[in-house]
Amino acid sequence: MTDAPILTVNNLSVAYEGGGTSHTIIDGVSFTLRRGEILGIVGESGSGKSMTCRALMRLLPSSRLRVTGGSVWLEDGRDVLSLSQGELTQVRGRRIGMIFQNPASHLDPVMSIGRQIAESIRHHRKIGRKEAWARMLDILRQVGIPDPESRANAYTHEFSGGMRQRAMIAVALACDPDILIADEPTTALDVTVQAQILRLLQQLRDERGLSIIFITHDLGVVYQLCDTVAVMYAGRLCEYGAMHEVIHRPRHHYTAGLVACQPGSEGGTGRVHTIPGQPPSPGDMPPGCRFHPRCGAADALCAARQPPLRETHEGHACACHHPVGIEAEAEA
Amino acid sequence: MSAPVLLDVRNLSVKFPMARSRMGLGPRRSLNAVSDVSMRVAAGETVGLVGESGSGKSTFGRAILRLGELTRGEVLLDGQDMARARGEDLARLRRETAMIFQDPYGSLNPRLTVRQAIGEVLHVHGKKGAAGRDARIVELLELVGLDATLMDRRPGDLSGGQCQRIGIARALAIEPRLIVADECVAALDVSIQGQIINLLMELGQRMHLGMIFIAHDLAMVRRLCDRIAVMYLGRIVEEGPTEQVFKAPRHPYTRSLIEAIPEIDPARMLPSAPLPGEPPSPVNLPEGCAFHPRCPLARSECRTAVPPFVGGAHRAACILAPGGRLNEVGENLPETTPATPTERIETC
Repeated sequence: MTDAPILTVNNLSVAYEGGGTSHTIIDGVSFTLRRGEILGIVGESGSGKSMTCRALMRLLPSSRLRVTGGSVWLEDGRDVLSLSQGELTQVRGRRIGMIFQNPASHLDPVMSIGRQIAESIRHHRKIGRKEAWARMLDILRQVGIPDPESRANAYTHEFSGGMRQRAMIAVALACDPDILIADEPTTALDVTVQAQILRLLQQLRDERGLSIIFITHDLGVVYQLCDTVAVMYAGRLCEYGAMHEVIHRPRHHYTAGLVACQPGSEGGTGRVHTIPGQPPSPGDMPPGCRFHPRCGAADALCAARQPPLRETHEGHACACHHPVGIEAEAEA
Repeated sequence: MSAPVLLDVRNLSVKFPMARSRMGLGPRRSLNAVSDVSMRVAAGETVGLVGESGSGKSTFGRAILRLGELTRGEVLLDGQDMARARGEDLARLRRETAMIFQDPYGSLNPRLTVRQAIGEVLHVHGKKGAAGRDARIVELLELVGLDATLMDRRPGDLSGGQCQRIGIARALAIEPRLIVADECVAALDVSIQGQIINLLMELGQRMHLGMIFIAHDLAMVRRLCDRIAVMYLGRIVEEGPTEQVFKAPRHPYTRSLIEAIPEIDPARMLPSAPLPGEPPSPVNLPEGCAFHPRCPLARSECRTAVPPFVGGAHRAACILAPGGRLNEVGENLPETTPATPTERIETC
């Protein structure tokens, strides 16, 4: 991991506009990604973790969704949000690749896996068919697809779930991007296969210096894979920092609750820890801190004013008026 | 377990016929979804059934409640075989058992209000006259931790967790003695999953329910279940008291499953060489032990004979299990086998 950021997201906001009203669904999200870093973005469904990554690729799924502010700086100083359509096509694929939860719906069912990858290589680079094919076989080998010469001619439906995800990773890596955005790529897989894919992503980072943004709802996966973590709740970033720091010493009450919700590796019986209530819906966000109706430490300040994301320790930021453990440490 | 046996499943098999290959002229084939599975559940006991997708765990759950076909075997409820029950006997099974489904929205009729959805169950089973019904619905909603003001809402107005609670209220409406919960928290967020697990735990104890909890999330199963059964390709490969299975798994597949759980624990990082491959298709089951193509410890015997399911309260279907020929393992292993799994097997 080097220090120069390869991607800097600054104050990114997205709004949903429809029926004469506008709801902010992503509210001022900022983070950086360094070369060779694996950043985990965790949150529950509807927290805006996928939407953030789609917005920074300018791949918002509906015309009613609009980026209302912020910037996404690449290493070379260009802002993704102000690129022309042509430049954007170059950035997607050559700079940033993306993989999804359900590879089957993002791969072409009537084109062999090999052709899809070779074609995407030729789309971005001026090289001959034979060279593209050889490069494609090389990528299939790197993502751990056995016997690539014959598997290259197979179609998506002939692949098992884990192999499809490997093929999807191969497509995303076809043009040698610096950044891979992985949107819940292991959620639909069995645990033993999930362990294989996590291992593969780690290898790709180690061998190619790939930077990865890994979107997930599973803190355990974050713990096993990531260097840094950003926790999202109801469209806002509530905690951001080095992974061990955030998971072992969470400062935000939501993160602390999520960590406590994990059943734990020690077993034990009795009640599972829960966070009371449920996340707010986008049209009905509570004022102040969006977590305050579910938070045990909330007071009048939390209901009135939105807490800014502040650094509590070196490299650890948290958006909370009453961060966990801070007063206790000050007194001690 | 000293409590009386509520459910006793003996040698249950489920086969699905398949279309013949070669334009209908090929041999008649069938898919063996569940092969020769036996399981006992006592009143007040929760048994976890885990396995990867395609292992047959849902098919098994549906077959014992007669919500799906079964090919062979017995399903004894209080000693009475329900596998081929009809008419009044089948109606008794329906009255005493219930299922909770995975998809909280999909298992509720979107056009029925909560009152209608629960009332329908009470009506069908003749539990209450129209007069007492509303009071009973309020009682059931309270039981699953919902506010009575939700009575006239429809599923579309409710969250996933609330819908799942309605699903549970519907299951409890018939006052069942056995519940099969099929991946009932898989579709919910982490903070909500715990709420449902706690609810099931409380209800199970308070109402002395027998429960089969089907899941792929081993960590949740560990929290909730008294015993655990691990399925692989239609067979139970290991069964035993939950903590024993987690602390000292006897089947290499169970061991790999437990190792693959992404835990928040520096002492339990994922293995650097995870279990390779994926479960093969249940249409062409491998000869011998179905796990042998992926097993790091497989030997020539594993390719020929299905291993017997042996042991006392903690049983496993592996010839390498303690009591089998465990001590010879180290000598017969090919050199390429990673050393760690062997060491672990020898130490436990």
